[in-house]
Amino acid sequence: MEQTQSQTPCVSRLALFLTFSRITLSGFGGVMFWARRGLVERQRWLTDKEFVDLLTLGQLLPGPNVLNLTVMVGYRFAGWTGAAASVAGFLGWPCLVVIGMGVLYQHYGALPPVQQALAGMSTVAAGLLLATVVKLALVLPRRWRPWLFGMLAFVGVGVMRWPLLGVMGALAPFAVAAAWKEQE
Amino acid sequence: MDRLDLGALFLHFLALWFVAVGGPSTILPDIHRYVVEVNQLMTSAQFAEIYTLAQVAPGPNVMYVTLIGWQLAGWAGAAATTIPLLVPATTLTLLVGHLNERYPNASIGRAIRRGLTPITIGLMFASATILMRAVNHDWRGYLISLLTVALVLRKPWNPLWLLAGGALAGIVGLV
Repeated sequence: MEQTQSQTPCVSRLALFLTFSRITLSGFGGVMFWARRGLVERQRWLTDKEFVDLLTLGQLLPGPNVLNLTVMVGYRFAGWTGAAASVAGFLGWPCLVVIGMGVLYQHYGALPPVQQALAGMSTVAAGLLLATVVKLALVLPRRWRPWLFGMLAFVGVGVMRWPLLGVMGALAPFAVAAAWKEQE
Repeated sequence: MDRLDLGALFLHFLALWFVAVGGPSTILPDIHRYVVEVNQLMTSAQFAEIYTLAQVAPGPNVMYVTLIGWQLAGWAGAAATTIPLLVPATTLTLLVGHLNERYPNASIGRAIRRGLTPITIGLMFASATILMRAVNHDWRGYLISLLTVALVLRKPWNPLWLLAGGALAGIVGLV
């Protein structure tokens, strides 16, 4: 037998489930850090380059990019059932935790101290999202076209409150075509 | 929430997930529009609080979508908003993964990413302003939000500490 497939180790569905469970349950405030640590450093299922490649591919696609990465890793090592086991580990636990929080919120969310704490936390959470936007915008190229598309998306969806599907349908083809032409 | 059409909710989220390039924060303005403004199923403040709860929980940030579905209609609502999320992830991801292995140097992928990144940033900015308007009633709230931005950009602290600080500020009545 030739050893050509030795780069793809044999990974069981249980191992996929457990690894993605551990990644997601460690992921307070984002799971990207833990995904790299779990897949590249602990399990050595992926090299750093493979991890970045899969993540880039996941970023290109709709949906959370770490979920797309989860599907790709699960599928690569154990086919469809591997992808299913990975997704079950990755989304199953957070679903249960978050619904548990929903139960508490429905029971105690109206109590004054809880309400005050939640209001304060929400103010910070909005700031955290805004900080992410600032970080991303800092690496945008200093040319007018990307900024124009960003402003149009913000005004259409955030100020005019038009439906996202319409705004994306109108902007995305032009934005991609412009980026395509720039490459040539 | 007495006459919530779960089928319509499912289809709306299915359509949203296919344009959610850049992650779950980009569809927040449209979810807010659908749930708070058009169908008036919850208040803007409730929406922001649910978003915050999901940020505190472990796991990917996308869980706010599950919690909104659950708040609307229990387990069935959570399923109606969460299951559509898996559809593009399983179909498109595997399709594109396959194409990428066959044509690793295709520049169309790069053009899509470069073209859509600014739109993603604009949509996330819209999300942040919607949340700020939902939770901040006067200048003190906006000040705390902006202080958060300044701290995140300057200090490598875990965001959970900032959220805990926000909870404290709320309890002592600063917000």
